Amino acid sequence: MPEQTVSAEQISNVPGSREACRDTTAAKPDGAVVRDALGVGVAVGLSGFAFGVTSAGAGLTPLQTCALSLLVFTGASQFALVGAIAAGGNPLTAAAGAFFLGVRNTFYGLRLSQLLALPPFVRPLAAHWVIDETAAVSLAQPTRRAARLGFTVTGLTLYVLWNLTTLLGALGAEAIGDTDAWGLDAAGPAVFLALLAPMLRTAAERAVAALAVVLGLGLLPVLPAGVPVLAAALAAPVVLWLKGRVPAGGEGR
Amino acid sequence: MSVWIAIGATAVGCYLVKLAGLLVPAHALERPVVQRLAALLPVALLAALTAQQTFSAGGALVLDARAAGVGAAGLALAVRAPFLVVVGAAVAVTAGVRALGG
Repeated sequence: MPEQTVSAEQISNVPGSREACRDTTAAKPDGAVVRDALGVGVAVGLSGFAFGVTSAGAGLTPLQTCALSLLVFTGASQFALVGAIAAGGNPLTAAAGAFFLGVRNTFYGLRLSQLLALPPFVRPLAAHWVIDETAAVSLAQPTRRAARLGFTVTGLTLYVLWNLTTLLGALGAEAIGDTDAWGLDAAGPAVFLALLAPMLRTAAERAVAALAVVLGLGLLPVLPAGVPVLAAALAAPVVLWLKGRVPAGGEGR
Repeated sequence: MSVWIAIGATAVGCYLVKLAGLLVPAHALERPVVQRLAALLPVALLAALTAQQTFSAGGALVLDARAAGVGAAGLALAVRAPFLVVVGAAVAVTAGVRALGG
């Protein structure tokens, strides 16, 4: 999440004539929004290097690796897809796992759609940038103007850096040789864990995670590659259903 | 060839779900059960993927240097380290344990 700290220098930097002040609620200087956006964009963009290396380690060509970052552009789905391909899964099963991970972007889009109020012809373009990080930055902004700026700067920074670093990672992996010796096969699960950690706030969320781990590992030796992840996704409706049967107040939220 | 099929299917599928959020009328997905399921689905998928990519190789369960690396990532997350430090810790510890013959 971006830091929302505003320094004294920034506050003194907001003359009344600034366009930002047209918004009625507490205006936020453009510079602060851009700094939030760049911070998130740069940090995550650099992890594209880890994706490029992981993808190359999974046996994808640099062209295939770059096509994923250019056309899919949602990190967790990309890592999931190359992981499934490396495990030797059926291509459509592999794509299904990546697809279900991408479904959360629909819900970001729903909230962003109201917040950004984009003209209809911009939406098909903006859609490609509707991901965890752009949603996190945009939804944290106090005004529509700041949200639009945050969305655009985060999206642009991330798209350029993610694709650039993917290319470097894909090419670098060939130069590095045995990527496992460098521990780079741990980058994928570490990225997943970093995305997962902030989602584990309630008892229900922790129960879903625990059940999914048991299903994912337990079914791994007996089902074809890629299928155990899809089966583990059933942990979400199962926990939701069980929760519905528990009398209200049974869960600490 | 099958890799390109997977790439194409993922690209089309992931783009359409992103676009759907911007185009679908907000009330369509506002039923509480849909919202809750949507929030829990990535939790299940990410947890299963983390576990599988840490503890499996070629369809079998294994315990190797990656477990130490992902454990280090977990510690880094517990002390609220930045994203890159988390991933870096996992990579460095995994490489270190392997170098020591783990």
